[in-house]
Amino acid sequence: MKRQLMVLIFSLVSAAALLAAAGSDWLTQVPARDREKTNPFRDQPQALQAGRLLFEEHCAQCHGDNAQGKSKRPSLRTPRIQSQATEGDVHWLLCNGNVRHGMPSWARLPDHQLWQLVTYLRSLKAAQ
Amino acid sequence: MNNDIRSGQKHWLFAGALLLLTVLTLGSACQGQEWPYFVTYSAEMEEPGNLEIATKSVIGKPPNGNRFSGTAMEFEYGAKGWWTTEFYLDGVTVAQDSTIFTGFRWESRFRPLAREHWINPVLYVEFENLNGANKSMLEVVGHDGLPDFAERNAVARQDKQRELELKLILGSNFKGWNLSENIIAEKNLSNGPWEFGYAIGAARPLKLEAGTRKCNFCAQRFAAGAEMYGGLGDRDTLGLHNTSQYVGPTVNWTSLSAWTLSFSPQFGLNDYSVPRIYRFGISREISQIFAKMRFLHRHGEGQ
Repeated sequence: MKRQLMVLIFSLVSAAALLAAAGSDWLTQVPARDREKTNPFRDQPQALQAGRLLFEEHCAQCHGDNAQGKSKRPSLRTPRIQSQATEGDVHWLLCNGNVRHGMPSWARLPDHQLWQLVTYLRSLKAAQ
Repeated sequence: MNNDIRSGQKHWLFAGALLLLTVLTLGSACQGQEWPYFVTYSAEMEEPGNLEIATKSVIGKPPNGNRFSGTAMEFEYGAKGWWTTEFYLDGVTVAQDSTIFTGFRWESRFRPLAREHWINPVLYVEFENLNGANKSMLEVVGHDGLPDFAERNAVARQDKQRELELKLILGSNFKGWNLSENIIAEKNLSNGPWEFGYAIGAARPLKLEAGTRKCNFCAQRFAAGAEMYGGLGDRDTLGLHNTSQYVGPTVNWTSLSAWTLSFSPQFGLNDYSVPRIYRFGISREISQIFAKMRFLHRHGEGQ
């Protein structure tokens, strides 16, 4: 019985590790319908301010106070985030995370707050 | 003997003070949305590198028994984006009886799918080394119920329970609501059949949009919902007969300084359950704990 349990645990852990390790460049994985989503708060100053507070609360610990990156965590001011990716792409990244590379899913935040964050992140381009 | 006890108490006090100091020193504002569940696990994982320290307490009074307070202290660490591990220390106080340490638990949660789906599964494996006096009620399985509260601590603690617990955690986020379902299977490693249980919870922040100013008591900082859980019998006697079932509303509040307070009055749904229990929780999340410790270490060396 104990042997069966050990096999079961080993299988579950292995499956979890293998599945979690799958995946590569996040930008190529965004489904078209998510990429095309538009930000309902685009260019709204209030959403930008709310997004800044959300960033300070949830994101700055890893990405730095000015989103310039910290330690091994990437900058969010790069052309990749600011121009290559659409707002829908960034929203998808926040929602899904990039679990293999240490970026957690923020799906726990309501969709409104994710879009407020997107509004703030995209405003950093102008502030560069 | 008394000296031994006092010495032991001093050690616990010292350890508690050290822990509090560590939390206050290393803590920086960092919080995700915490769901106000006490028994139900959501599919959300701890952020990698973060440590959450929490206590969950339950107070109740079984009919014809003494009032009890079970407490679990939790240390939850985000090892990877897809792996969260947690260590628990459990204790119990029973009125007109005693206060004792009842054992420990160690669990890991694995998120097998990298992306978000309508239903997100998480696999949970836990080893428990508890004794029969444990009353923290972090899960209710099999035929757990009123008879477990009848014995005095000195007798109940003789019963050693080394158990393996498996859970399938399912979680969904939809229009601000979180729905979480847990299916539980538990096995005493020395004897006894597999025991089964469930837990379900639904909760939502009171406001979905974030405000434009920092405030401690904005509606977005409160989450409210309901939780229901209970036993489903064991392999030999599957079903609801002689199982305890609980339901209740639950609420929490997360401060700007990353403290979360939770409360839930819960009600037993049948004669096999404690009629009323009250649950309280306090938690504090510390971001990037090891990075901070390395920084403090280097800073100390530099001085």
